[in-house]
Amino acid sequence: MKRVVITGAGTINALGRGVPATFEAMREGRCGIGELEFRDVERLAIRIGGQVKGYEPEETFNRQQLALYDRFTQFALIAAREAIAQAGLEFHGDLADRSGVVLGTSGGGLTTQDENYRSVYEEGKNRVHPFVVPKLMNNAAASHVSMEFNLRGPTFTVATACASSNHAMGLAFQMVRSGACPAMITGGSESMLCFGGVKAWEGLRVMSKDACRPFSANRNGMVQGEGAGVYVFEEYEHARARGADILAEVVGFAMTSDAADIVMPSKQGAARAISGALRDGGIDRDEVGYINAHGTGTAANDKTECAAVADAMGPQADRLMISSTKSMHGHCIGGTGAVELLACIMALRDGVIAPTINHEEFDAECALDVVPNEAREADVSVVLSNAFAFGGLNAVLALRKV
Amino acid sequence: MTVKDKVIEIIAEQAVLEPSDVTMDSTLEDLGIDSLGLVESIFAIEEAFDISVPFNANEPEQSDFDISSVSTIVAGIEKLVAEQTA
Repeated sequence: MKRVVITGAGTINALGRGVPATFEAMREGRCGIGELEFRDVERLAIRIGGQVKGYEPEETFNRQQLALYDRFTQFALIAAREAIAQAGLEFHGDLADRSGVVLGTSGGGLTTQDENYRSVYEEGKNRVHPFVVPKLMNNAAASHVSMEFNLRGPTFTVATACASSNHAMGLAFQMVRSGACPAMITGGSESMLCFGGVKAWEGLRVMSKDACRPFSANRNGMVQGEGAGVYVFEEYEHARARGADILAEVVGFAMTSDAADIVMPSKQGAARAISGALRDGGIDRDEVGYINAHGTGTAANDKTECAAVADAMGPQADRLMISSTKSMHGHCIGGTGAVELLACIMALRDGVIAPTINHEEFDAECALDVVPNEAREADVSVVLSNAFAFGGLNAVLALRKV
Repeated sequence: MTVKDKVIEIIAEQAVLEPSDVTMDSTLEDLGIDSLGLVESIFAIEEAFDISVPFNANEPEQSDFDISSVSTIVAGIEKLVAEQTA
């Protein structure tokens, strides 16, 4: 089995464009959630979100590209460019033939769907742009990344709702670890902040109208975000031979299915995924210093997640830190695990634990160290990243300091 | 059909029961309606009366809308319908 390391990271999300800007915001506990701005927002009951603001697509992409790139593809490309530039990899020959792209997304080109359904149904138009299908398809982002960087190996998209990115990164990890691929570009992207996207979530009655307050007793729901996180996962010897800067090592991954309920989370399913990731990585649970929580800020997730962590981690649950950065960037759905992996890298590389902001009241059902409101300095060697999706699909990654 | 009868009809359909089996002191739990069933019932009630029910599944006890039994639900809907016609 090969060792797998991360040699590049990139992002765009409500906290900033780029990894340095996002790290700075996480260190400062800044909130990227605000008033949503898009057409028909006044018809929504939920009007806040972690929207990427001040982003002008025309400054990054030309007209021909924008005809083909939905917002989720734009985000994926921006993050991939940053990650691959940091890694310093160029893909030619055998490296290009064996390296690929696995990205997570839940809604794919949802903005494109929303705009075009509006056009044909509401506005009664009978013609749509010829590129609607290649623009909205869920694999568009992965394909455009592969095209831009000449990645000719295994390339596909994973859609498991809120666990999409963790499933994608877990598969990329397994492909590099097995020796099948020397490098994989992986992570995820989501852009669901359009009228139809938020209206659908509104229907479920789990959204907060004012703030995302994970683990706080007065939490009242999730807040949706958008954005992308993309990484270069590379075989360790390959990275070392070319003197690459190694951000962290990916050491374990596990996925489970609750096989129980389509929306309610299960403690057992989550705990099995956490324990599985430790087992997969040969990690003693006492080594785990930080967990980036799924931490959606709903009543159901946060208490179930804390119970699962307590079960899986035993006495170590009371010693480790666990925080939800969704309080700052919102729930980026299929891209969320990828954006959140940044907090794991920051913990290992910089020794800074991102806080759970908006934490106002202790909740006895979430009685762990949730790093309330302020970032903390700590030396941690192993971290986990949790993702627990609707559909009962759980995916947990384990990273180790190199 | 009164507001009460219509609400009971919606709840009965969700619970896969006859309306006569739904009593005013039944709780949703008694009727086997889970959180997803509740959200679906509220949607059907909103559609039937063209009202908006202030209910957040994360804080049911803090909503103005009391879901502790069929009678409190009926009372809440009657109030919302009255406010709407007023």
